[in-house]
Amino acid sequence: MTLDDILAGLFPAGHSVQRQGSMLFGEGAIGGMEVVDVVGIADGAMLGVEDALTLAGRVLGLLGQASPRPILVLVDSASQRMSRHDELMGLSEYLAHLAKSLLLAQQQGHRTVGLLYGGSAAGAFIATALACDTLLALPGAHPAVMDLPSMARVTKLPIAQLQDMAKATPVFAPGLENLAQTGAIHQTLDPTANLADQLLAVLRKAAGQDERGGLGADRGGRPKAASIAARIDALASA
Amino acid sequence: MEELSFTLKTPRPAAGARRQAIVGVVASGNLEVLVERTADTDICAIDIATAAHGFRAVWEAVIGDFVARGAGGLRISINDGGARPDMVALRLAQGLRMIEEPEA
Amino acid sequence: MSNLAVSWFEATARQRLAALVDDGSFEEFLGPEAREASPHLGLFDLPRQFDDGIIVGRAKLSGKSVLVAAQEGRFMGGAFGEVHGAKLTGLLRAARKLGQDVVILFDTGGVRLQEANAGELAISEIIRAIVEARTAGCSVIGLIGGRAGCYGGGGIIAGCCSHLIVSEQGRISVSGPEVIETNRGIEEFDSRDRAFVWRTMGGKHRYLIGGADDFVDDDATGFRAATVAALAAGKPLTRTVLEAEQHRLTTRLARFGKAQDGYDVWKALGMAQPEALPGLAVEAFLDIARDRRETSDDAR
Repeated sequence: MTLDDILAGLFPAGHSVQRQGSMLFGEGAIGGMEVVDVVGIADGAMLGVEDALTLAGRVLGLLGQASPRPILVLVDSASQRMSRHDELMGLSEYLAHLAKSLLLAQQQGHRTVGLLYGGSAAGAFIATALACDTLLALPGAHPAVMDLPSMARVTKLPIAQLQDMAKATPVFAPGLENLAQTGAIHQTLDPTANLADQLLAVLRKAAGQDERGGLGADRGGRPKAASIAARIDALASA
Repeated sequence: MEELSFTLKTPRPAAGARRQAIVGVVASGNLEVLVERTADTDICAIDIATAAHGFRAVWEAVIGDFVARGAGGLRISINDGGARPDMVALRLAQGLRMIEEPEA
Repeated sequence: MSNLAVSWFEATARQRLAALVDDGSFEEFLGPEAREASPHLGLFDLPRQFDDGIIVGRAKLSGKSVLVAAQEGRFMGGAFGEVHGAKLTGLLRAARKLGQDVVILFDTGGVRLQEANAGELAISEIIRAIVEARTAGCSVIGLIGGRAGCYGGGGIIAGCCSHLIVSEQGRISVSGPEVIETNRGIEEFDSRDRAFVWRTMGGKHRYLIGGADDFVDDDATGFRAATVAALAAGKPLTRTVLEAEQHRLTTRLARFGKAQDGYDVWKALGMAQPEALPGLAVEAFLDIARDRRETSDDAR
């Protein structure tokens, strides 16, 4: 699906989502009542200091409403931008600032729903899609922490062997299905059904605690994370 | 990984009352040694997981020297990143010394 | 706080913790005896470590009870795997419930590639837990001066902390030097030019641009004093704080965005001899830097 198709499907009552470079801003109307604010990154773009700052500023500008509206974060990105400029300026702070802004929005009563409709990787994934209370994906989305060729270089294992190992565990290899099994993605939408209805259903469910550890355990992709975190929590609280 | 286990008689128990000690880190050429107490004061039990295959005889020699000095009532667990025998001997000695230290 | 003079850079995570906190006050949660090692490294035929490369627990700092975590940069580069990350997540969740401050001794290359998806997600869970703890009023203080630096997702976690303390050796960055060079070429980033790497992401540069709050000696004395002071000064994370950070980071790009090198930034800060800064000892450096640097007061 193209971005235009996705926006049309999500917002049958119309939307004002505009591009600013590879960033997306605007609002969309799902039904009669439900209006959501939209921010996003498109075109498989790399996320550098300037865009991260702009996105965070937009999110912060949405805070303080009397009745907080949901924020939809559309993501089709590459990784963080890898450059001398970005690191010299302190990219870690800019990405952290964006993640904090989305998480604070959630704390202040906004639903924050990510929709991964293309790629995302590494630090850009952490600062955008993974900083939402709920992460949805469309089939064909292709998140990756690191691509297999780079992983082969670091682990000094042939790609063929890594591909083979990836059949036994979802814990390291890229891809939507692997990340879903670890609990990163709450739900993959059905592109043949009504997208607006599917988004509405997600918005009607309350978002509470971070449940991704439990999802990873249930789906078999992260056998230990939830129980280890709970045990540490209990030991510290005893 | 290769896993080795030894259960050896030792002339006397380790001193002190500390429950456990941990020394070293798992890295190339390094190892971690976890030392815990058991009720068998004339026995030292050692379990090793090592990244370097085929060195059972070397481990036997290093551990034999170690337990001969008295390491009874101990269970020693080792994760090895391919350390040389002198490093292994050093870490074992450090682990024993730490568990024998007076408690703070 | 035995052995205060031990080099932070050279010390192990356990040595750093022992030197940092009040003597005999440390109590570990799920320590090595629990043998909660990585369930994934065996697939790669790699050795495991009983604590999976992170120590978490409770301790006292100058009499105040805090939760502490220390990463071991020598084991798998201090990288975040499933268990490693979950230990820190659990600690931060407890901090929020207890209203206790957290001190994190970073030493990490980022995500552990052998369990990359679990590590990436752990970092996201940690970030969420930090924001939740901070909005509830807890301080989360990061200490950075270890061998592995603070890279990848570790750098982003650091950026979510309320206060950062660095030494000269501390490096904070998302993409590592080798990764940038591999992706963009040696003209963009020469990873073997150590002086250049330090000018771009090292402790002095981070302190100068407001990327870190305190610059201390490479020993536990400096880290301890700065941590105790930071614990006394904590403030909750609010919209006002993030708006101030938005302003601070906007100003940084406006002021230094054209810089090609750390030297250019330091010159723009008004340093008469930027080339001399890397060679200066801590006190001499602070004498020059303290009044000219960009600060991050209440804007992190």
